[in-house]
Amino acid sequence: MSTIAVPDVAVTVDVGFWTRNRKAGAVLLALGVLAAVLFGALATGQQARFTLSETEGGAALEITGTFGAILFGLVAAAAGGALLAGVPKRWFTLVLGVGLVAFVLSFLCWQVSAAPEGRNFMPLVNIVRGTFILALPLIFGALSGVLCERTGVVNVAIEGQLLMGAFSGALFGSIYQNVWVGLLAAAVGGALISLLLAVFAIRYLVDQVIMGTVLNLFAVGVTGFLYERLMQINAEKYNTAPRFGNWEIPLLKDIPLIGPALFRGNIFLYLGLLLVLVIHLALFRTRWGLRTRSVGEHPTAADTLGVRVLRLRYRNVIMAGLVAGVGGASYTLAFYSFTKNMIGGKGFIALAALIFGRWSPTGALLAALFFGFADQLATYLGAIGSSIPSQFLAMLPYLATILAVAGLVGRVRAPAADGKPYIKG
Amino acid sequence: MTNPNPVSGSPDKEPATESQAAQNAVGNTDRAATTATAPKRPEGQPRPSLGRLFLDNLWAANTVTVTVLAVVLAMLVGAVLIIVSDPEVLATYSYITARPADAISSSWTVVSEAYANLFKGAIFDPQASGFTASLSPISETLTYTAPLVFTGLAVALAFRGGLFNIGAQGQATIGVILAAVAGFALPLPPVLHLLVALIAGAAGGAIWGFVPGILKARTGAHEVITTIMLNYVAVYFLAWIIIQPGVHSPTRADAISKPVESSAQLPRLLGSDLRVHSGILLAVLATWFTAWLLNRSTVGFELRAVGENPDAARTAGISVTKAYVLVMVISGALAGLGGSNMVLGSTANALTPEVVAQIGFDGILVALLGRLKPWGVLLAALLFGALQAGGNRMQSYSGISLELVTVLQALIVIFVAAPALVKAIFQLRAARAARLQTSLAKGW
Repeated sequence: MSTIAVPDVAVTVDVGFWTRNRKAGAVLLALGVLAAVLFGALATGQQARFTLSETEGGAALEITGTFGAILFGLVAAAAGGALLAGVPKRWFTLVLGVGLVAFVLSFLCWQVSAAPEGRNFMPLVNIVRGTFILALPLIFGALSGVLCERTGVVNVAIEGQLLMGAFSGALFGSIYQNVWVGLLAAAVGGALISLLLAVFAIRYLVDQVIMGTVLNLFAVGVTGFLYERLMQINAEKYNTAPRFGNWEIPLLKDIPLIGPALFRGNIFLYLGLLLVLVIHLALFRTRWGLRTRSVGEHPTAADTLGVRVLRLRYRNVIMAGLVAGVGGASYTLAFYSFTKNMIGGKGFIALAALIFGRWSPTGALLAALFFGFADQLATYLGAIGSSIPSQFLAMLPYLATILAVAGLVGRVRAPAADGKPYIKG
Repeated sequence: MTNPNPVSGSPDKEPATESQAAQNAVGNTDRAATTATAPKRPEGQPRPSLGRLFLDNLWAANTVTVTVLAVVLAMLVGAVLIIVSDPEVLATYSYITARPADAISSSWTVVSEAYANLFKGAIFDPQASGFTASLSPISETLTYTAPLVFTGLAVALAFRGGLFNIGAQGQATIGVILAAVAGFALPLPPVLHLLVALIAGAAGGAIWGFVPGILKARTGAHEVITTIMLNYVAVYFLAWIIIQPGVHSPTRADAISKPVESSAQLPRLLGSDLRVHSGILLAVLATWFTAWLLNRSTVGFELRAVGENPDAARTAGISVTKAYVLVMVISGALAGLGGSNMVLGSTANALTPEVVAQIGFDGILVALLGRLKPWGVLLAALLFGALQAGGNRMQSYSGISLELVTVLQALIVIFVAAPALVKAIFQLRAARAARLQTSLAKGW
């Protein structure tokens, strides 16, 4: 927290036998054994069916509940054991990933097989599609965070940007009855919050975390106020935005599983995935990207080399607002009409996804998908009448984030100048 | 989330040291709330008149002037929002060039009526007659103020210890759960029952504050992230526990718990018709305690030292780990007490999903507006409480959504956080001391 960047309190430097990898391995081993024993005992002898469609029918992967739970539990334990024994560093992520996926599968074998008769199947197409839909605002939000924080401006205002985007998309989309006007307005709405953040953080040197927090409240207030004054009174005129339909992509839509889930989506899905790619390439392959990263790491050095630090920061922060605004529109111009505080904390999960993904666009995408999956899983388990309270499942992404930042998944490092105003001279 | 790379020689830290210097300047005494006092008379110079000095200071960029002007600016923006969201008034603007008087008078009517109701609901209603009716606005204001004082103090205290506790909301939520459960589940005599419930609430908040504190101290996990996440965990936990057998009200179908017994409720101060309860007295007590802790105790000195510069504090032999954990535990306990106020006071007497409202997030604004000083927080909470109480009346009498209050609150804090902006808008003179920079600029 100190600006003087000396290694902070008790950043435990792993020495000797207990390296980070070994600790992760030990945890995974314990989880695997727990899964094999507990989930195996709780699972029933019913078949757990994972269908490759949206319904019960069609091709499916089947496995007996008890057998599957124990098998995947043991796989997770084996992966943990391998990490504990010490695998080469470059294999770490892969082995850890396999272990965690096996743990989740073991859990699913239990849950699906224990579901009431007739509901003991999991439609994978629905799950994949739901994961992406729920991850969409997170992807846009996290990308907005990437753009901001890579230039050294902390963006806690993602929530506010999404909300403002959703609101102005709905408002102007309704007034002009045109989705494209709505989309444009949403982007501008998000950029408006961004502009405030930029001016106060860059020009007036207000603490960026504080400013972001206050802007979130400001956005909740303004949109809530105008919602009650305009949309609630005259919903017909102000809150009936047209919606983007689904666009099917020829050929790709016929791929099993992925096709129906991904290539029959709406514009926001394609735009989100495209933006991840574009921002990734731009950030790591272009002159703009190099400058952005250098300003985020060491603005003085960048300034010395002729980069206009403040101008670049303004530009990137406003671009971030445009991106997040479009993310907000993915609610109001695709699925729902606007309601008060409709983002409901997704902006903060996007922030978590950004950190989870270590400030990189692709990492953020994966983290967003993880959170989307957790969300979708909670919905699904609620639908099959799981014995686990839905509230605890809903806590899952938040707890995972705490574990992540507490170092179980590896220490994350923000861009060095993130959150520090730059004063020339 | 730590700062692992040692670049202590980097010029990047210049603004931070500047603001830290400002922080040092304000750190010693609680002068935020005092009025603009005249400076000491310089020796040997002709003494300027008191009135002259007063006028000079009045238009200088000191704390009070900036705060007042921030409120004025926020209300101006609020007025614009009221106008643009009123279709009838807006219609008069379509022919403003032809008849400007129409637009101006209709705008003035709607705005002045709204703000008049805000005032009447918060402070005094001249039309009210009788003891109860004339005291009712003040009673409402104090009722809304009490929990905000606690959460504001919680955030301010953590700030002074160098931590940004966004988790006051979550800590208040866990606090309210334990306070309510203690309030209806334990069969205890009146005074003892209230005490136990309050302690339970404080303990709940303390536990929820301990987690980010220990994580920050041990692993360097950034408290902003962990507290935000714990807020949501607390929300879902509340949603879950309300519907558990033993907690859920057996007579109700919706998500509401059993009511807190009257033996565990904070006694009302001015009779049963007025909602003001002894929570406000506890709030003043908590303010005094926090002020004492920060400014007069060894622990407080250590907390402030760690907040200013953890590395220097560590070099001086202060345990930074202990300080982080301690400050979060105390901060959490304060927030937990704020939550307890919501269910033991007169706002509600049972758990519902929205029982703590927004007091944790409002607490952040209150702390910033109060310049992170205990007595300043008390005054800021009073202002916010008044806005809440007035906002209720504004909503029911003028039909202006209560959300306007949220906008006003956020705007006030934005303007206060950027004194340079207020200074520029109103062409204020520079203040004597550089004590306006409220925020410490720092990164993750």
